[in-house]
Amino acid sequence: MTETLTQKLMFHFPKCECEKPIIYHLVKDHDLMVNVFRAKVTPEEEGYLVLDVTGTKEQIQAGIEFVKTFNVTVNYSGKGVTRDDNRCTHCGYCTPYCPTGALSIANAETREILYNEKDCIECLACIRVCPFGACASAF
Amino acid sequence: MKTYEQINDRIESGKAVVLTADEIMDYVDRKGLEAAAEEVDVVTTATFGPMCSSGCFLNFGHSTPKIRMTEAWISDVLAYTGIAAVDVFVGATQLRHGDPANMYPPGEFRYGGGHVIEDLIAGKRLQLFALSYGTDCYPLRELRTYFTIDDLNQATMVNPRNCYQNYNVAINCSDKTIHTYMGRLEPNMKNLNYCSAGQLSPLLNDPLYETIGVGTRIWLAGAQGHVYAEGTQHAGLCERTPGGVPTGGAGTLALTGDMKQMRPEFVRGVSLRGYGVSLSMGVGIPIPILNTDILKRTCVRDRDIPAPVVDYSHDYPEKTGNIVCMTDYEQLRSGEIEIDGKTVRVGSLSSYYKALEIANLLADEIRRGDFHLTQPIAPLPTDLSMKSLEQRQQ
Repeated sequence: MTETLTQKLMFHFPKCECEKPIIYHLVKDHDLMVNVFRAKVTPEEEGYLVLDVTGTKEQIQAGIEFVKTFNVTVNYSGKGVTRDDNRCTHCGYCTPYCPTGALSIANAETREILYNEKDCIECLACIRVCPFGACASAF
Repeated sequence: MKTYEQINDRIESGKAVVLTADEIMDYVDRKGLEAAAEEVDVVTTATFGPMCSSGCFLNFGHSTPKIRMTEAWISDVLAYTGIAAVDVFVGATQLRHGDPANMYPPGEFRYGGGHVIEDLIAGKRLQLFALSYGTDCYPLRELRTYFTIDDLNQATMVNPRNCYQNYNVAINCSDKTIHTYMGRLEPNMKNLNYCSAGQLSPLLNDPLYETIGVGTRIWLAGAQGHVYAEGTQHAGLCERTPGGVPTGGAGTLALTGDMKQMRPEFVRGVSLRGYGVSLSMGVGIPIPILNTDILKRTCVRDRDIPAPVVDYSHDYPEKTGNIVCMTDYEQLRSGEIEIDGKTVRVGSLSSYYKALEIANLLADEIRRGDFHLTQPIAPLPTDLSMKSLEQRQQ
């Protein structure tokens, strides 16, 4: 049995008239399991889509190649939510609000706050609560 | 056992033994109290957290022609002008003009006095807009210009209250989310927030104010400042543990320092959704190890520091004086505590990470001979308790 893996991706749609059902084709033609975290895709406007795709390495690669034929930029790590290391004071205020533990105390001694974007489901709770504006959304 | 002079001589010769309040406990456990008190000269303490009672005095110098500012805004944040012609005071919690505040709650509170102070120290260019009624000696009636901190004659940070000795832990026992100066509190005790550097915090390491007093030289966001008075709401007369640690609020410090010497990474404007704006800044205070008692009290650990959990949906606003329960900082730092069989997630508004960084920076400055200790010119009072505001008819 071929090993399946999950890859978090962010698609950036330039201002285009892309009205193709991309997700449908990823599932139907490339046999990928898709979990959309957040999307904002409107014709005539810039758009973003953050999602997990699960499948074999080959299926994921083929899916990404397919997406790229639409002039879509693919970011391989989810860049939908970012944390600015210079703004973060590592107070730890955000951690109880983060439902997946993507923001967590990395080191019990120094109490440094780690942001593991792989675990981020883009709920945007951190953006709402951070007193220092350290977290931001690409869209 | 040691004097301030002896310690300063050792600092001067680069031989001072300096440890942080985070390191001292294990050191004393290893060496024994007597031997450690002989060896160690200074223990450094620190804190980095929001403190609303902050602000700064700025002096702009005179324009041509001159103006006596009667109203002034810095980047649209109102500054207090009821002092000399071109002196103003910027308060940390002053909101930007036109901010909708809590009109559509919870408000975002994106910019205010704390952010002005942050931007000044970061060297950014800000706008000054000032109005005046005009006088014979100060004829100009309106002024708009742009400036940086380098253009100012003085930029003096003033914190009438900082370094709260101990503090409430905030929880919400009601059935709806509340927004407080202690952050967003989810209903039914889902989370709680604390705001203290715990075992690193200055006044928890000198709980009886034996070395920290009026005139103590401090590290204030990288500048060398000093304690200029007891802080507002200082209430040294309070319930304490056998080790002297207060079980609630207690002591506070009033601090001042030159903003031109401050480092931007230790001064941050704060936006608390649904509450308002404030300022977080870093403070480091050295404790001279004059004798074994002073050393012993710097060995306070998170588990020795009691923390009262207070309901901010009712008991805090209604001033009932009730507490939900007592906990301690060791439990809080575990990330979860249990109340009435329910697991409550814990968050912090105070950055231990930054406090640790500050305690280490201050320790390095002392080891290098760049920071000397001062003996207080007056002690902090121990006989004050907190007064309430009476609402009288006349």
